[in-house]
Amino acid sequence: MTNTLHRYGDAESFHDDFVVFAIPSRGKNDQGCVPKLKEFLRLALRFHPVNLGDASNGGALRPSRNLNPTQHWLRNMTPDFEAVINGVNTPTTVAAVFDKRTNAEEFVKALKQADLGLCINVSTSIEGAEQCCMAAGIPRHSVGYSLGFQGKTEKLPNTQVLMLSTMCGHGMISHSLAKKMIDWVKEGRRTPEQAASYMTRFCSCGVYNPTRAARILREARGSMK
Amino acid sequence: MYINPNKCVACGNCTYVCPMGAIYIDPSINRATINLDECVECYACYNGLSQEHLNPTFVRALRRLFQIFRLRFDPEPDVCPTAAFEPDKLEWPRVVRRAFSDPRVPHESTGVQGRGTEEVKTNDVTGRVKVGEVGFTVEFGRPGVGVRFWEIERMAMALAEMGVSFEQKNPITSLMTDPAKGKLRDDILQEKVLSAILEIKTTVDRTEAIIQKIREVEKTLDTVVALGVGTRCDEHGEENVVAPILEKLGYQLHRAKTNVGLGRVTNQPALAASQEPVGASK
Repeated sequence: MTNTLHRYGDAESFHDDFVVFAIPSRGKNDQGCVPKLKEFLRLALRFHPVNLGDASNGGALRPSRNLNPTQHWLRNMTPDFEAVINGVNTPTTVAAVFDKRTNAEEFVKALKQADLGLCINVSTSIEGAEQCCMAAGIPRHSVGYSLGFQGKTEKLPNTQVLMLSTMCGHGMISHSLAKKMIDWVKEGRRTPEQAASYMTRFCSCGVYNPTRAARILREARGSMK
Repeated sequence: MYINPNKCVACGNCTYVCPMGAIYIDPSINRATINLDECVECYACYNGLSQEHLNPTFVRALRRLFQIFRLRFDPEPDVCPTAAFEPDKLEWPRVVRRAFSDPRVPHESTGVQGRGTEEVKTNDVTGRVKVGEVGFTVEFGRPGVGVRFWEIERMAMALAEMGVSFEQKNPITSLMTDPAKGKLRDDILQEKVLSAILEIKTTVDRTEAIIQKIREVEKTLDTVVALGVGTRCDEHGEENVVAPILEKLGYQLHRAKTNVGLGRVTNQPALAASQEPVGASK
């Protein structure tokens, strides 16, 4: 789940981006973990996540293998959280994405009480994660800092494209698609929410944050004025 | 990956969704085509595009009609209208492309999806990175650039010369023929993947030297590097040892992944075997 570590942006740009995930470690706490992973996701529902994910089976908004052509006009953008929870069938990483810090804080508190024994991580700004831990009365155990991108950075696209595409750290959302969605929003061909939903479907572990994506798209549209 | 030319209608949707930009419409056949040398077998096209099962002949006729009248056709951008993508059987060494690029494929060496690493995410139960130690994740090719294994090997060999230890439970380490030297198998060196992570562990006092070495070697590579540095917090949850070193090196620390320490070893003792890093021990 390093895929949430290197999201592009400064600390302020993560004010609506909190990923809380649970991971079992092979040989340590993976035995009989599937019901606990489901419980993690079920618990998250109480705190209004904007996405849920299972690294093996996908997120709450998924592509269809048999799309009806009439859906071009009626595309469903409602996340199917129950499908994610019911789909967990093997030891895997599961995640809940929140767009409000208070919701993430309350979720971490609830996880402490639930005592699932799974490894729990919060991926957001450093301060945001500290606040989540403080609210739950938990001292941080370990921290993994992102030092950003270096090397041949001239191969990278502009800031807005990077902010959109790096929300799937596995790289499933191409720079070209992110750029296309910015252009379509600017042209008025799709709303920011619709464009965000297209990108969300490509994220195969459900950690994409459609709220943050829609905000970035709105800001990109505004930047042309 | 294979695009069935009998089904493809050259709508072009897939050309945008390929993270490597490896798909293009070949004007000589008017069908989407894959540059197989650039394709990393990530399956973003096959897994990410929704599929319709329209009649290709009908769709091509419609598209020609629209083109004649210069009408803008505005389809959903995340759909393959004729389900033209067909996975093909991958042989060694090409199969490593998918193992490192398709996040739904677990690595055999770790059983973990994605790039197959646990880093400090499970540090509360593995104790992999202890107080006074630093775990580096040197990720190549991310975001959206891709990397060939010869580039990873070059960095691995440079770091091995410094005496670092490579994480044993890491897919790259499993492909090393000589972990003490950072040498990878020769038959995969030209293979390209979306990204891959080299994991090393060292003592805090060597943090600056390691980063300087990474900066030196990355200049000789044709890709980007995303660097992650993991460490253990003190008993109060504070971390005031590594962050100052990183800031001194010019890094602005915005984002982190924080292990909140709620994990417990719950497996039966026989299953909870410890894993130690391999390579030099310095």
